[in-house]
Amino acid sequence: MKAIYKRELQSYLQNMTGCIFIAFLTGFVGIYFMALNLNYGHPYFSYTLSGVTFILMIAIPILTMRSFAEDRKNKTDQLLLTSPVTLTSVVMGKYFSMVTIFAVPVLIFCFFPLIIKAQGTAYLKVDYCSILMFFLLGCVYISIGMFLSSLTESQIIAVISTFGVLLLVYLWDSLTHFMPTSAVGNAIALAAFWTIIALVVFEMMKNWIAAAILEVVGVAAVVITYVAKSSLFENLLSNVMGKLSLIAVFTDVSDNHIFDISGVVLYVSLIGLFIFLTIQSIQKRRWS
Amino acid sequence: MIEVKNLTKSYGSHLAVDHLNFTIDKGRIYGFLGPNGAGKSTTMNIMTGYLGATEGEVLIDGHDILKEPEEAKKSIGYLPEIPPLYMEMTVEEYLDFAAELKKLKKEERRKQVDQVIELVKLEDVRHRLIRNLSKGYRQRVGLAQAVLGYPEVIILDEPTVGLDPQQIIEIRQLIRDLAKEHTIILSSHILAEVSEVCDYIMIISKGKLVASDTTENLEALMGGAGSLELLIKAPKEQTSVILSKVGHIQRADYADGEETGTTKVVLEVENDADIREELFFAFAEEKCPILSMQRTKTTLEDVFLELTQQNKEEDANHESDL
Repeated sequence: MKAIYKRELQSYLQNMTGCIFIAFLTGFVGIYFMALNLNYGHPYFSYTLSGVTFILMIAIPILTMRSFAEDRKNKTDQLLLTSPVTLTSVVMGKYFSMVTIFAVPVLIFCFFPLIIKAQGTAYLKVDYCSILMFFLLGCVYISIGMFLSSLTESQIIAVISTFGVLLLVYLWDSLTHFMPTSAVGNAIALAAFWTIIALVVFEMMKNWIAAAILEVVGVAAVVITYVAKSSLFENLLSNVMGKLSLIAVFTDVSDNHIFDISGVVLYVSLIGLFIFLTIQSIQKRRWS
Repeated sequence: MIEVKNLTKSYGSHLAVDHLNFTIDKGRIYGFLGPNGAGKSTTMNIMTGYLGATEGEVLIDGHDILKEPEEAKKSIGYLPEIPPLYMEMTVEEYLDFAAELKKLKKEERRKQVDQVIELVKLEDVRHRLIRNLSKGYRQRVGLAQAVLGYPEVIILDEPTVGLDPQQIIEIRQLIRDLAKEHTIILSSHILAEVSEVCDYIMIISKGKLVASDTTENLEALMGGAGSLELLIKAPKEQTSVILSKVGHIQRADYADGEETGTTKVVLEVENDADIREELFFAFAEEKCPILSMQRTKTTLEDVFLELTQQNKEEDANHESDL
């Protein structure tokens, strides 16, 4: 893992992607910091950070696009996969190298609250908690980008699909408002969602019977629960989606000053999930 | 050393490798021979653990490549068809990285990298970026990477493709040198190369192993009775009369020679008997000059064509049955 980590890090710094990423992020946050904190005199750096989350949506795909797509295109994955190292350590090596690059601007941000303190009152606890959550949010984005990069050998497809998914994450809160509120609407939406899952299972297993059983059982469960206690379904989707909102977890800390440990758990488990999916997608390619 | 059992790989309905069985012993050079798309690269990719097999298993020193990949991969060095090089690295950086990847000890790494650089003659370019190297040098960097760590088996997929004749000779020499201490498996669709370098040949066609034997045996096996080609300054009728007096002839095929009044005869001789002297005197008695006499031997080329075409014919028959 160390060898791959070192090589990736070196290559990020040599081919400018890493340098441009660091400069871009530091520069943008610096401008916001100057305008909001220094010029308007807002004492919270966390406020600046919550204003720049959309920058991650643009910067992270550029960082992650080449992680696996380039290897596959240049056939260098043949070297990695035929060496006596495990696939997990290949993926982790690459992931940590990207996290390291992202950590550089985050470390620079750590100086900003101190600059505010030098000018007067600062709220260091809130600011540093926000920086930590900002870092974790970026790590989640990197794991998503890495997963999408492992699915394709084109860096362009990787960058665009990552941007699309991150845009969805960014707009997630607004989308929850469009979800149906009535119990009937939610029940129907849930049944439709279950049908999609059944179709995916059919696509993967090519087994009509298994998919049909899954579909019937799922829909029956929805109907029975609805008949028994329809109030359970009220606002179900918007509640569940709200729980999974990545941006809300971050703005809770940065804007509302509520540090909720469940948010950290959500971030860390998503990172784990996407690293796992990356490993699986590479494994799958070897077998198909 | 390496055991391949019942190896099958299918892409959808297409069978790339079809129930392949063979074993590889220590200290020999093995050649995988087959036309393009015969499944050579796929087989090699499965043997090195890059691809998974649909069916069957590969044992390397008793370790299954899929169940104990780390142990198994330690004893293999692999140069794929396209050398897996990082263009933005220098030769030395790349080899250092490969050495670390192969888990060589820190104090060993420096020494081994220097050794392989010397072995494949890369001293002049060791500080240059791989991006700026020619195809031949890139191939050598790939080879250096495969040799690093001195694994017991070195697998080379078409190691001489795209090189100039001088480089081909150098690489072949290098392979022979390496074979003194390692087992080598190389693939090629060029016969001359395989027959020159390898001790043992495996001919693959359409994912099936159609022949596997030592180079000499394979030639002898298919050689059967040798044949003689004669050019005689006499008409056909006279030639056949004279030949009827000579023994040991199984079959004679006649054709007109290029010059008028000459006849070309191809003779198949029983049990490899040498009848050249007899022929000379028989024709001399009749004052019939022999313009040329040539012994033809079945070459590996014929073996290869026969085996791979046989396969095609079988397929054609099979298809017409359907």
